[in-house]
Amino acid sequence: MRKYFSVLLAASLTLGVTTVSADNHGSINNKDAKALADYFDKKFPGVTTNDLVNGAYALDESLFMQFEAQEEFPRYEDFVAQGEEFYNTPFKNGKGFADCFGNDTSSIRPRYPHWDKKKQTVVTLEGDINKCLTDNGEKPLGWKKGMMAYVSGYLSMEARGKTINVVVPNDPKAIEAYNKGKSHFYRKRGQLNLSCADCHVYQAGMYVRADLLSPTVGHVTHFPVFRQKWAGGSDKDDGLGTLHRRYGGCNKQVRAKPFKAQSEEYRNLEFFHASMSNGLKFNGPAYRK
Amino acid sequence: MSKTNQRLARMLSALVISTGLLSAEAIAADSAVEQGKAIAFDRKKGNCLGCHAIEGGKLPGTIGPPLIAMKARYPDKAKLRAQIYDATKANPYTPMPPFGKHKALSDKEIDLITEFVHTL
Repeated sequence: MRKYFSVLLAASLTLGVTTVSADNHGSINNKDAKALADYFDKKFPGVTTNDLVNGAYALDESLFMQFEAQEEFPRYEDFVAQGEEFYNTPFKNGKGFADCFGNDTSSIRPRYPHWDKKKQTVVTLEGDINKCLTDNGEKPLGWKKGMMAYVSGYLSMEARGKTINVVVPNDPKAIEAYNKGKSHFYRKRGQLNLSCADCHVYQAGMYVRADLLSPTVGHVTHFPVFRQKWAGGSDKDDGLGTLHRRYGGCNKQVRAKPFKAQSEEYRNLEFFHASMSNGLKFNGPAYRK
Repeated sequence: MSKTNQRLARMLSALVISTGLLSAEAIAADSAVEQGKAIAFDRKKGNCLGCHAIEGGKLPGTIGPPLIAMKARYPDKAKLRAQIYDATKANPYTPMPPFGKHKALSDKEIDLITEFVHTL
């Protein structure tokens, strides 16, 4: 009798797990995203989760006005146009990006990042842009800025208004990749001993010198990003950069050795980080200080 | 020591010689405080203003508490030094970098910053 019960119990537990995994809202990343959204709700009364797509600008009215003024004549517009042109230029073999990504350009960005079951790894938009190029005998692009950021920027612009929905499938390897990204985010690192979460969760809304720290919910919605700071750096830098470029910069700022753009470490981080904006709408590219 | 500081030190010693009002000890202490202030305000060194409001510093950050009434808060200077050396000892989750433990500052630099902060 006892044996019978335990079998029944095991069966019902299995069923329970299946039900949860079938419903994406109960998945591990959405639970974490909900917890963070609730946390910021309490931390910033009067600021909705949807407002957070504008980062620190959502937290301060006068900063928001400066941001809006920058967005009136966006300095990334020309880069987006160059990205569009590149995207629509056929490869030497006669094929083009549409052969890799399909014809609906607004649905491309929202498919990334995702778990590739066959390759057992996280795949990013930038990764597949270069894969499409090399599969067709073309030269790959640099990961951090220039044409890669332009093409990524064009596809972000096309996807504006679409909802972010990163799915972490109920596959132990996918969950492991997600947890590795989460661990990168919460682990203190570098000579300054700061985690991503130290600044962008616990101290979000506080000032580091004159800079207001942005909450991590809403971070990925506006990438690639046009950063005033990058644009002022050198003549070779026009200011537009990818998410992994920013990761490297963040790691350097806490005096940690950055990982390579599109390394497994950063792809896992993106898997977690993008998940925290699930339910928010794409609004990239966007201006940041 | 910056040029301005050197000039200042020369002027001060000239003043002392001419007036005989200040003892040599007082000058040494003053210059330690001044040196500590320079290290504390240096973005690549202590960068204390990144998080703390300090008298004389512009646009301070708001992460840490303002550095005021330090003698009342840290009657024991050694405890203040220990906090600057490794704040994670008192609180492992602190966002304050362990300046000494991670060698972001030398022992001497931490001594000087301690002298400065204790005057606030």
